[in-house]
Amino acid sequence: MFSLAAATALLVAACKPDKDVEQAFPAPTPLTLARPQDFPAIVPMPADNPLTEEGVALGRMLFYEKKLSGDGTISCGSCHQQSKAFTDGRARAIGVGGQQHARGSMALINMAWEQDFTWDGAHTKLEQQARTPLENPVEMHQSLATSVTKLQATNNYPKLFGRAFGSSRITEENVLKALAQFERTLVSSNSRYDKAKRGESYLLPNELQGKQLMGHATTFVRGAECQHCHDTELFSGPTHTFFNNGLDLPPFTDPGRGGITGVAFERGMFKAPTLRNIALTDPYMHDGRFKTLEEVLDQYSEHVQISPNLDPQLVNSPNDPSKKIMLTAAEKQKIIAFLHTLTDSTFITDPRFSDPNP
Amino acid sequence: MSFRTLPAALATLLLGAAIGLTACEDDDQPSTVTTGKINFEFENVVGSQALVIGDAYSTLAGEQITVSKFNYILSNFQFTKTDGTVWAEPESYHLVKQSDTNSRKFAIEGVPFDTYTKVTFTIGVDSARNMAGAQTGALAPNNDMYWGWVSGYIFLKLEGTSPQSTSNGVYSYHVGGFRKPYVSMRTVSPALPTGVASLQVTASQSPELHLKADVQRVFAGPHPVSLRQMSGTGHGADSSGVKLAINYAAGMFRIDHVHNGD
Repeated sequence: MFSLAAATALLVAACKPDKDVEQAFPAPTPLTLARPQDFPAIVPMPADNPLTEEGVALGRMLFYEKKLSGDGTISCGSCHQQSKAFTDGRARAIGVGGQQHARGSMALINMAWEQDFTWDGAHTKLEQQARTPLENPVEMHQSLATSVTKLQATNNYPKLFGRAFGSSRITEENVLKALAQFERTLVSSNSRYDKAKRGESYLLPNELQGKQLMGHATTFVRGAECQHCHDTELFSGPTHTFFNNGLDLPPFTDPGRGGITGVAFERGMFKAPTLRNIALTDPYMHDGRFKTLEEVLDQYSEHVQISPNLDPQLVNSPNDPSKKIMLTAAEKQKIIAFLHTLTDSTFITDPRFSDPNP
Repeated sequence: MSFRTLPAALATLLLGAAIGLTACEDDDQPSTVTTGKINFEFENVVGSQALVIGDAYSTLAGEQITVSKFNYILSNFQFTKTDGTVWAEPESYHLVKQSDTNSRKFAIEGVPFDTYTKVTFTIGVDSARNMAGAQTGALAPNNDMYWGWVSGYIFLKLEGTSPQSTSNGVYSYHVGGFRKPYVSMRTVSPALPTGVASLQVTASQSPELHLKADVQRVFAGPHPVSLRQMSGTGHGADSSGVKLAINYAAGMFRIDHVHNGD
């Protein structure tokens, strides 16, 4: 009888993870991310980083934490400002010491549906992505190891990590996990376009015509071919797919996807960012070369540079004998009118996404 | 915690032991397995040459092409046994992309131990799934292979450049369509290679089929296509897409060789 009990105790003990932590924390509260109408399936979250209320709350704190930068002056939220759909209004991002990045800050919208992060898809997992801007000398320029030391020395963070991850001993991995959790909650699905689909609002005729014009052109219907690259209800590039959109000719100043893969053909290819909240995320393109949506439409309509790397949809249009997209001024205005219906005022004012210590 | 009776305490301990054991064990399946797998590897080629994105090739009609994108969806894999009965893979949808090495290799699992003499699959997506709206996995709408609710899936995408194209030197073929008159799904049964009479799926044998998909056969076949005349399909089902589907169904896929996998 006794030996059975002892054996049982041993077995159970052998299975338990090592607990060298002084304090026991209650299990965090699971959080479910809703899938908005017509959105694709949410990318399965890592089994070792499920969404929890405590994890998201901690991630939000860290997102706005300037201690994570080398000189304590900037946080993730400096270049990803909620009011601008988590961009910064700059052509190219500015890091610690005023250093300029080669590319612009990307919007953080509907990240839970994405599998390619940054302009060149350098990362496919959110839990890995944040290390780059945190440590990059031209961005926040502080090793995660140093960040962990600084956070561990605070009064509040060890406790918050304990609540989120069961241990007050802060790790690099848990910093990244918390940031990823917060980012996954940045869902934008409440634009006027979304509301119109739900019957809560409506689109004006020119906006509806703009939506129609986003599509493919045929011999009978004009179209701007936007949706090849800005696809689905995410209005974002397809998974693991990158495009050259004819901004430049080879050799490309910024190798884009080719810089990751080493494939010459993929030079000058970039991720197609979401068009949701696009009216808030100027200037446009990976290097912020276009200040307005009008300039962007002019580019796609008339100024696409033809190279072997170019996506053929941009110069294979039945719209015009030149086979370029060649939109009229009125068509461009209709598309821009539609793009403005993708602005989600709820998203940019949602208190859950704001700096908890403004 | 205090136990009021000894039996209750014992029961709890035993339960604990059971949980402990279950959690610890890397449990192997019992030896009652009756299914195995068939592995597929797809190699995209242009005639006798391996397909490399961006490289220059000729069509059978002598036109020059490069390929920038080559994707296709294969579905409803079926394997015919020696007695003529058929085993079909459930939820059988596979997306192959030239740009994604991993996508070109997949295993079909749960294949009953038996001897199979024929392999059949569909290039495209059946109309039921097309009409069911966007799905997940190989059929996720953000895989660059979905037109939308009305038009359904894109079954095959071939894009690239050609000096013969009158559209700024590019071509883009997108084939799909599941409604009459533009039905582009095509079911094919490429023959097992000479000398391979059958595929044995056993506990120790998982055959590996190495298929080649020849880009030249998109342009050639019952409806030879000239890049001078056709640089694109409509985006949505149309007669151009159906012609391409008829072409590639007539011999794009070939089983090049089979490893017995034992």
